[in-house]
Amino acid sequence: MSRLLRTPEGVIGFAILLVLLSAGLLAPILSPGDPLKIAGRALLTPFTDPAFPLGTDRLGRDVLAGLLYGARTSLAVGLAAAFSAMVLGLCVGMAAGFAGGLVDEALMRVVDAFQIVPAFLLALAFVSTIGVSTPIIVIAIALGTWADPARLTRAQVLAIREQDYVASARVIGMHPAEIAFREILPNALPPVLALSATIVAGAILTEAALSFLGLGNPNIATWGSMIAEGRSVLRSASYLSVIPGAALAMTVLGVHLFSEGLGKALGDNGARAA
Amino acid sequence: MIDTLLSIEDLSKGFSSSGRRVAALDNVSLTIAAGETLGLVGASGSGKSTLSRILLRLLAADAGSIRFEGADWLALDGAPLRRRRAHMQMVFQDPLAAFNPLATVSAVLDDPLRIHGIAAKNQRPGEIATLLERVGLTADHAARPVRSLSGGQRQRVAIARAIATRPSLLVLDEAVSALDVTVRGRILELLVDLQKEQGIACLFISHDLAVVRAVSHRIAVMDSGRIVETGPAAAVVAAPQSDAARALVAAVPRLVTDPI
Amino acid sequence: MRGIFCSLRQLSVTYGRGRNAALDGIDLDIAAGERLAIIGESGSGKSTLARTLGGLLPEGAKVGGEMLWPGLGHPPRPGRDFGFVFQDPGSSLNPVLTIGEQIAEGARHHLGFSWKQAYARAEELLGRVRIPQPDKAMRAFPHQLSGGQRQRVAIAAAIAAKPALLIADEATSALDVVVQAEIVRLLDGLVREDGMTLLFITHDIALASGFVDRIAVFRNARLVEAGSVRSVLSAPKSDYTAALIASHRDLTTPPLIEEVAS
Repeated sequence: MSRLLRTPEGVIGFAILLVLLSAGLLAPILSPGDPLKIAGRALLTPFTDPAFPLGTDRLGRDVLAGLLYGARTSLAVGLAAAFSAMVLGLCVGMAAGFAGGLVDEALMRVVDAFQIVPAFLLALAFVSTIGVSTPIIVIAIALGTWADPARLTRAQVLAIREQDYVASARVIGMHPAEIAFREILPNALPPVLALSATIVAGAILTEAALSFLGLGNPNIATWGSMIAEGRSVLRSASYLSVIPGAALAMTVLGVHLFSEGLGKALGDNGARAA
Repeated sequence: MIDTLLSIEDLSKGFSSSGRRVAALDNVSLTIAAGETLGLVGASGSGKSTLSRILLRLLAADAGSIRFEGADWLALDGAPLRRRRAHMQMVFQDPLAAFNPLATVSAVLDDPLRIHGIAAKNQRPGEIATLLERVGLTADHAARPVRSLSGGQRQRVAIARAIATRPSLLVLDEAVSALDVTVRGRILELLVDLQKEQGIACLFISHDLAVVRAVSHRIAVMDSGRIVETGPAAAVVAAPQSDAARALVAAVPRLVTDPI
Repeated sequence: MRGIFCSLRQLSVTYGRGRNAALDGIDLDIAAGERLAIIGESGSGKSTLARTLGGLLPEGAKVGGEMLWPGLGHPPRPGRDFGFVFQDPGSSLNPVLTIGEQIAEGARHHLGFSWKQAYARAEELLGRVRIPQPDKAMRAFPHQLSGGQRQRVAIAAAIAAKPALLIADEATSALDVVVQAEIVRLLDGLVREDGMTLLFITHDIALASGFVDRIAVFRNARLVEAGSVRSVLSAPKSDYTAALIASHRDLTTPPLIEEVAS
């Protein structure tokens, strides 16, 4: 952790994510009430009215409230989708890596199938056929992104299985299940975890894109729908799209910087051990 | 009559490499008596590592038999095999790669004690301390991560782990090759001591005849998957009969005070 | 009296964030055309010395003191002025290039040979390092050769551009004793024929004593002593050198085990 904060990427990334997290958690305190209800006059520009620091949209809804509650949605969906993708990927990757033979081949063909279809299109197809509730959106995004962690986990398992310490564990009579979970899995995790940061970023973007296209949950505030709503007044009130757009960009940047810093911190560890 | 602890008969193993079949082991036979050390020497590619991996059941043989402690060793599988593994242990060449990178010394020593029920949970720390002292380390090494120890210290932990289950046979595969010269002698002395004290038989595998000579009662020489010579250590070294043995004897570096 | 090829004055090296020096105040002269062995155990600094001379230190390493090159008049150029042979023949050769290409590269790049001339030189070098059937070997890939053969190829590649200095960094440590002895004989022969200066880094004092002129003993980043093989081995000035000599084990050393009555 301390090593992470020594890298410039780690510090900036961590700071951005901390702001995001606080915004999401503190949303009900900073902006009590439903962000989707009409709060004041329509199309107020930012920094003109102290009650609405970031202005209001075409229907008079508070932009700041939308931003804060949108942060919650982005975080919640992003994290939930990434977590599901990781867990599914880890399970399938471990199973393929250990089983070998036909089971490995079969599982890898399934992984291939999911990797070939572009993640966004898969999510789009899934949501448009099944529905627009938040759990469905989470599943849709996870389906598009679990294949990469699966492949990486399998590669890690295959490499680690050949190491002397796994042979040692077999020689002392350790049960294969114990070898899998105590010797192999903890050592297979680090690169897969590093991948998780990118998955979170992708999940957040996909969620925003889905709600931009009108396929998000209409009952909650999301950055994507805010950007969509601002399209019709893009010339006169560009701030309506730009502000949530900037928030989205900052969030993705923060996640990427954080994962860079994490990679450096972990990579450093590996190099020093030589 | 000395008991035969281990008897390997006509062991063979082949690998397919680019369409051709290569015999890594070709009808290898050898015996080890209880409490004796058999040194197995050969150049790289002679099959020594393949033999040790088949012996430790990490690899399957194509043909042949192994009798260990009077039972058919190759016929065992699953849980019965895991139980019997307590009697045959191994020390690997690379003291860094032989341990889980995340492990501490006490975790490493706890595993065999726990798996084979050698000591009850509350007695294990005491047993671990005893093991550490036996191999020349101290009890306060227990809490340290294995990665933080020196090569020689790690190899001592590896030996401690191997003797934790009180095996009757210890296989050492190039166990001192990766260690500094000044450390090597001490580890070899430790092994000889342990054998005297606990009567463990050893299969000491190396490409370095000088090291093997130091600790073995008998020596077997391997070349291209076959055993080409066996005999008492002193005899093999003084009067090598096979080409392979002669090459190994000639290749041992000697201190030369006056180079030409 | 030979000229000095390289002169180290108070050379110190510290890696990145380390507090401890990997090399601490080294004063050493390397005579032109001599064969010098650098002996040390792990952590002695011997590999750091090799890498410093070869300009192979990682980013962030701090170098203090001086490295003078009176023999060359300028810092040595990799490949042209010195060749480097690494410990692991498995990873020092490029797995996707043929043997011929890897050796020819050096000659082409540094000596300005055409590809045809460079390949001819490569085949000639393969013969000199005693690779059987050099014409076939030219088209082979590293994974098709044994460890010992790969190390011969690595040596051929290192001397392709006729450098004045050859640095062998634990070049025999990953090989078995029989192959080790062959490689040492090969290095000895090549260096004599071409009049190269040889820096042979190893942990095995006996191995080095068989063919080098001088020995320099390193311990914990310091130079403990240096001198001709005869003087260092028969009258070591330092206790550490004496301990190294005493821990040497060959077939004449009495065994640790008691003989079993047969």
